[in-house]
Amino acid sequence: MNQNNEVNPPGSITPACVDEQGRLSGFVHSFEMGSAVDGPGMRFVVFVSGCQFRCLYCHNPDTIKIHNGTVMTVDHIIAEIAEFASFLRFAGGLTISGGEPLMQADFVREIFYLAKHDYSLHTALDTQGFLAAHLEDEYFDDVDLVLLDIKHIDPDKYLALTSKPLQPTLDFARRLSAMGKKMRIRYVLVPGYTDDFDDVEKLAEFISTLQGVERVEVLPFHKMGEHKWEELGFKYNLKDVQTPTTELLKRVIDQFRNHGLTAC
Amino acid sequence: MNSPEATLDLKPWLNFKGSEWKERIDVRDFIQQNYTPYEGDETFLTPATERTKQLWVEISVLIEQERLKGVLDVSSDIGSSITAHKPGYINEKIELIVGLQTDAPLKRAIIPNGGLRMVEAGLQAYGYELDASVKEAFQRYRKDHNQGVFDVYSPDILACRRSGIITGLPDAYGRGRIVGDYRRVALYGVDFLATEKRREKAELNDVAFSEEVLRSREEMSEQIRALEELKQMAASYGFDIGRAATTAQEAVQWTYFGYLAAIKEQNGAAMSIGRISTFLDIYIQRDIDAGLLDESSAQELIDDLVIKLRIVRFLRTPEYDQLFSGDPAWVTETIGGMGEDGRTLVTRNSYRFLHTLYNLGPAPEPNLTVLWSNAMPKGFKDFCSRVSIETSAIQYESDDLMRQHWGDDYAIACCVSAMRIGKQMQFFGARCNLAKTMLYAINGGVDEKSGVKVVDGFEPIIDEYLDYDEVVAKFEKMMDWLATTYIKALNAIHFMHDKYHYERIEMALHDRDILRTMACGIAGLSVTADSLSAIKFAKVRVIRDEQGLATDFAIEGEFPAYGNNDDRVDEIAVWLVETFMEKIRKHKTYRDSVPTQSVLTITSNVVYGMKTGNTPDGRRAGEPFAPGANAMNGRDTKGFIASGASVAKLPYDAALDGISWTATCTEGALGQTLTDRVNNLSNCVDVFCNASGFHVNVNVLNRDTLLDAMEHPENYPQLTLRVSGYAVNFIKLTREQQLDVINRTFHLSF
Repeated sequence: MNQNNEVNPPGSITPACVDEQGRLSGFVHSFEMGSAVDGPGMRFVVFVSGCQFRCLYCHNPDTIKIHNGTVMTVDHIIAEIAEFASFLRFAGGLTISGGEPLMQADFVREIFYLAKHDYSLHTALDTQGFLAAHLEDEYFDDVDLVLLDIKHIDPDKYLALTSKPLQPTLDFARRLSAMGKKMRIRYVLVPGYTDDFDDVEKLAEFISTLQGVERVEVLPFHKMGEHKWEELGFKYNLKDVQTPTTELLKRVIDQFRNHGLTAC
Repeated sequence: MNSPEATLDLKPWLNFKGSEWKERIDVRDFIQQNYTPYEGDETFLTPATERTKQLWVEISVLIEQERLKGVLDVSSDIGSSITAHKPGYINEKIELIVGLQTDAPLKRAIIPNGGLRMVEAGLQAYGYELDASVKEAFQRYRKDHNQGVFDVYSPDILACRRSGIITGLPDAYGRGRIVGDYRRVALYGVDFLATEKRREKAELNDVAFSEEVLRSREEMSEQIRALEELKQMAASYGFDIGRAATTAQEAVQWTYFGYLAAIKEQNGAAMSIGRISTFLDIYIQRDIDAGLLDESSAQELIDDLVIKLRIVRFLRTPEYDQLFSGDPAWVTETIGGMGEDGRTLVTRNSYRFLHTLYNLGPAPEPNLTVLWSNAMPKGFKDFCSRVSIETSAIQYESDDLMRQHWGDDYAIACCVSAMRIGKQMQFFGARCNLAKTMLYAINGGVDEKSGVKVVDGFEPIIDEYLDYDEVVAKFEKMMDWLATTYIKALNAIHFMHDKYHYERIEMALHDRDILRTMACGIAGLSVTADSLSAIKFAKVRVIRDEQGLATDFAIEGEFPAYGNNDDRVDEIAVWLVETFMEKIRKHKTYRDSVPTQSVLTITSNVVYGMKTGNTPDGRRAGEPFAPGANAMNGRDTKGFIASGASVAKLPYDAALDGISWTATCTEGALGQTLTDRVNNLSNCVDVFCNASGFHVNVNVLNRDTLLDAMEHPENYPQLTLRVSGYAVNFIKLTREQQLDVINRTFHLSF
């Protein structure tokens, strides 16, 4: 909890839900076994549904609405993970992504708890951090690594891009730094939106003040989510945006590296 | 014993340790006593020298001309033998290792002993004519293998061949899949090997002349003759290989001459070279220690050898190429693994062989096969992973699984068939089509494509909905029939091959008393498992044509698909493998060979699919099957770890000729940095092998690259990718095969 903050933190966490038998449940979009781009090694990834953000470039818009997901019990998810536990222990771990996992904070916490205590898995939380101020430090005890998405460093552009304010994310980054948590910062590179040289410089400066950042992952914007927007009947505003060139990607990665950060 | 060492002033065995291998032929003992395991990384490797680059450029020009023409040239006037052709060179002045199949590079030989018909068809396809005297010889005076087989085939076998329920039988060409122990040529010299064969033959002078003894005596005479011809052939290149090799260069050259003799005389479907890298490392290390060789020169020898192995060519027909994808020879070289004493068999030369993929660029041949063991040094595992990521050109097979069965001196023939080198051979049996067999069970032996009754005495299923127990019962009976017919065909083929197209030189490089296996195979495992799963877990309604033939199926409801680590259907796949193996085992096999089977298709899964009607899993008629033991395209929705977990459940004991899995993913799906990717891939292969997975081809590809290569093949002369058990040159695939590869599950992660 951000003790100095006198106003209530923004947003709200969805109340924990239970199935007919009273078992803790949540809304899940899908699973992926064997992802190598969502944390160290090969990961079992649980994509939960529900997100307060409306990022223009979202590649999983089908996860935005929480009720687009399927209700699943924690036990069910743990059983899915258990099949691969010996592999994951050796080669990677569990990542919860979304959607925004912290919208279903209780559900997510319980999955992490069991993955850690019953199966000794490495755990990673992929979040934009908007809701983190609602949660105590202890909440993150069973999270080994936070994949923190910082969508932009400029507050106005952040708002325009995501529909929500930037500050909670920056606060969370500083808090994780103070807690000594390991982080990977994820930054989606969208030509015309997030590629401004000075913005990237500012972001790099901010990140270089943090402790515990293992690397900065520059994720080149891709349009493979475009058809999903259309299927959902939403307007896709980035139709004419191209994927970043290799040169641009290299320039941005180098900017982070020039601040002494590990970037890829 | 009159050892090779004793007869020489030169000291071929100087500084070599051990004694048993000096007393009798025992290459394994020589290796164990003398090799130097290497636990380091790849940093010692050296780039291609200018000489190597020049030689590679010269041959590349010819390879491009060949691609445009189909074949570059054919020696259509001479039936090939070990000594039929004069020496040939790429560039005599700069070649370190010499010897070609004919008198010029990429000029193909004709090998009529396998079958004159195939030779004529191959020549005709590329605008050549068979020399009249060769034709006359084989039509009037000499019978070939192909004719022998068709003299004895029965109507039921012919019907199976026609319908495509059994395909790819080696009844018109060389059967291949026999790996001579070419290392013996270097270690002992040909004179000693011939003396040993004479001695063994003499042991049979005073026994009753049964058919078996007579056959053995005749074969040994042929072997001795072949060894003499091998010596003559080498002499024509200026080498006396009667004696043992004394230097690394000689060891490479001698070994290659042994192999060259084999490919001059046999055009087998797979002509593998064995497991030579660690053997040769002993010679290279001795020369390096003596200051006679440096690393760069050592790499040159291997680069030069590999250039030779890349230009092995056989004259085939376009139909054959369609079945087997391009123009393969399966020059499989088996690398790495662990020794029974716990030391790794990885040496610096294991690295040098893989390094040719950088020095010469990626290529499908030689078919570099890494025997993966969890105990192998991490440096080597990571190097292999890097090579996979950057070239897609190597395959992995579980040494931990195979070593239990075949010891630590086995090699892979073709794609996945393990055999103890010089002590074991197989009778290659191609494969039969399980999915079609299931359709025959449903249709009472009537072919679903042609409407022809292929087999008598079976009643079709007449109910509207398929009942799982009824289908399984009828399917089992149909498998009994198929196994019976299949083994009859294989017995006929191998009896005749031994008689008319005997592998003289390859068998001369074997012990006299060897283990023979009868290597059967199945195609369509996943489509059949999914069909049975649909019948069991969903409802499958039969759609029949006017004749009452089941030609299509409507599925009501959901069913689990093989390839998602779901026991409900994976157990069906296991049942299929075990059940068909049991049925094969009931039959008497030629020469008391031990029946085995493989779950392997190279790209013949495309042809098998073309020949098979709609199946109860929803696959449409003509659509390709999945290759080998793979899940059906796009149905393994949980990613490649789950897919591999399904494959790993198939029991090796019921498929001792190998189980093949091809995993394809994009580079990005393996991780964000090269280090991540290498680590992840090594871990994945470790885990797959830990789960008793047998074989995996790894392709790390980009879909856009493949699409572009289809349009602009000239820009991708060396684009290599793996299909089950084998690497192919992408631009040599047919369009259907290219599309099949592209449509195969790409395990993308976003």
